[in-house]
Amino acid sequence: MLPAEGDLRRVIGDGDAIPDGEVVGLTPDDHLALYRGMVLLRTYDERSVVYHRQGRIGTYAIFWNHEAMQAGSVFALDGGDWIFPAYRESAIGLLRGMPVSTVLSWWRGHPAGWWNPTEFNVASICVPIATQIPHAVGFAWGSKLKGEDAVALTLFGDGATSEGAFHEAATFAGVMKAPVVLFCNNNQWAISTPLSQQTAAPTLADKAIGYGIPGVRVDGGDVLAVYEAVRDAVLRARAGDGPTFIEALSYRAAPHATADDPSIYIDSERVEEERENECVGRFERYLRRIGVLDDELVGSVKADALDRMREGIAAAEAEPPADPALIFEHAYADPPPSLVADRDEFARIHGG
Amino acid sequence: MAERLLVEAVNDALHVEMERDPSILVMGEDVGKLGGVFRATAGLQERFGSERCVDTPLAEAGILGTAVGLCMAGWRPVVEMQYDAFSYPALDQLINHVGRYRWRTRGAMDFPLTIRMPYGGGVRAPELHDDSPETYYVHTPGVKVAIPSTPADAKGLLAAAIRDPDPVVVLEPKLHYRTAKEEVPDGEHVVPLGEARIARAGTDVSLVAYGAMTHVALRAADALAEEASCEVLDLRSLKPLDEGGLLASVAKTGRVVVVQEAPRVCGFAAEIAAVLAEKAIFDLRGPVLRVTGYDVPYPYWQIEDAYMPSVERVVDAARRVLAA
Repeated sequence: MLPAEGDLRRVIGDGDAIPDGEVVGLTPDDHLALYRGMVLLRTYDERSVVYHRQGRIGTYAIFWNHEAMQAGSVFALDGGDWIFPAYRESAIGLLRGMPVSTVLSWWRGHPAGWWNPTEFNVASICVPIATQIPHAVGFAWGSKLKGEDAVALTLFGDGATSEGAFHEAATFAGVMKAPVVLFCNNNQWAISTPLSQQTAAPTLADKAIGYGIPGVRVDGGDVLAVYEAVRDAVLRARAGDGPTFIEALSYRAAPHATADDPSIYIDSERVEEERENECVGRFERYLRRIGVLDDELVGSVKADALDRMREGIAAAEAEPPADPALIFEHAYADPPPSLVADRDEFARIHGG
Repeated sequence: MAERLLVEAVNDALHVEMERDPSILVMGEDVGKLGGVFRATAGLQERFGSERCVDTPLAEAGILGTAVGLCMAGWRPVVEMQYDAFSYPALDQLINHVGRYRWRTRGAMDFPLTIRMPYGGGVRAPELHDDSPETYYVHTPGVKVAIPSTPADAKGLLAAAIRDPDPVVVLEPKLHYRTAKEEVPDGEHVVPLGEARIARAGTDVSLVAYGAMTHVALRAADALAEEASCEVLDLRSLKPLDEGGLLASVAKTGRVVVVQEAPRVCGFAAEIAAVLAEKAIFDLRGPVLRVTGYDVPYPYWQIEDAYMPSVERVVDAARRVLAA
């Protein structure tokens, strides 16, 4: 086992002193698809903050500047591979064809937002930190046992690496040689707790070594570097060589959620610096440099994304009011008689 | 039919069910090569291989968390928690995911996993090998709970749990793993969840119990034989609860003592008392009394017998309600 990587993998240069690299095998169409995905996520995120302020969705966990990590990693998967997201990745299903209205409905607390995971191979949004990681490991291990070649990708933050669930899941992943990619979007903040108070480890990738898993470090703002790292990890997993831990280094350049006030704890100059170097703009400039993108195309991609959001919020708001009797459904395939009696009593008193 | 110890009946159920359904996978600490610390899983790895009887890392939350993922990949995991109190690290997964994931998918995905564990005291064991944690599980929406008291039920309830489309926790009374022995049906044997068993018929007072306490209630009924006819109702499953069976017994006797090994406050005996208050108040001829463990940490084993609900305490409670 090699030591974890120290240097960040990068592909996109700065158009000046740092030269651009390239990912062998990616076509211009692939580049455009990646860009469309990032713009859709960015548009989703920015519009959601607006919708929240307008009272059209509830509290919302912002993922601004995480688009490269989400779009880059998902682009490295096959359709049969599964994604196990945390709430920071609430809209990741959009990259798998999930309707915008579904994700918005989740943030509106409407049952239409609770999707069927098998329809998109995207597990449910996981709210308790790190607890989706063992699900991804179990799924990957179970698929391997069945002789299938599905890989699982799970995404989580830097704070999640302090949780026991991460430790136990990574332990299982290593022992079972599960075909899983443990993708940490290290934005260096867990609400107000900085990375320095989260761990004394020099890097999060170092943690991987303790589980017998390769630890990779990548620039989380560089979508091509993310894609390449996850693609390599997926190939490794599919070849039967087991899990990979990827630490994507980023910086949280927006509040944790709409209810958060980072001005209390964060260095606003540092945030400003990150915002100027945010990931969608970086990729856009790269694509212009290599001649894949121009003003017209940028305009149409952004307009398409805005249209999808407009349609999505309209569809979410057009959902008929949820049937209150739904609270009695779905907890059990075969509900106990006491719950059936409660449902009947509810119907007697409230109708339905 | 063959005579089997309770732990042998558990083992038999696992063999029969795994033979029947190739999607069943047994996992836990030391369940494979060793066959479990109580040998409940003995022979499974030899018969079904190390991929279907898996020795896992010592990580209960990881065991249950990966079992959730295994369900999503089409498996039917049967998870062993090595001891009652060892299951507490897995409560995060149990409460946040096992009991909620089907609901979260609006019924699109089932999580037919079984969590089985030895529970209860009286075995002169170190700390945290003696707990009765059923309340935590019964209180969790989306999760069912069964607790056998006899070898035949240990087999039949476990088979029902494994076949159930919902997550089921099965607590096995470790005190009776190798003390209870009886004829157990060979081959497939299923005892449906939600059907209580009249362990002893009677007319004067109902002693309601489950698991290890069924045996205490039966001994109390023997002790009272000269003065009262006691009915002993073995609930067998706490969720679903056989309310009909409970109410029928109380309609007959009008007097109830509920026996539970777990600490008292908000324990399952309180639920039984509440159901009776709501649905049988006019059948009752005296107060519903509880005989339970005390609200203390399970004690040092040299004095553990003082904690366990005793035959004397059950007899005392029955006499009080009979005198009411």
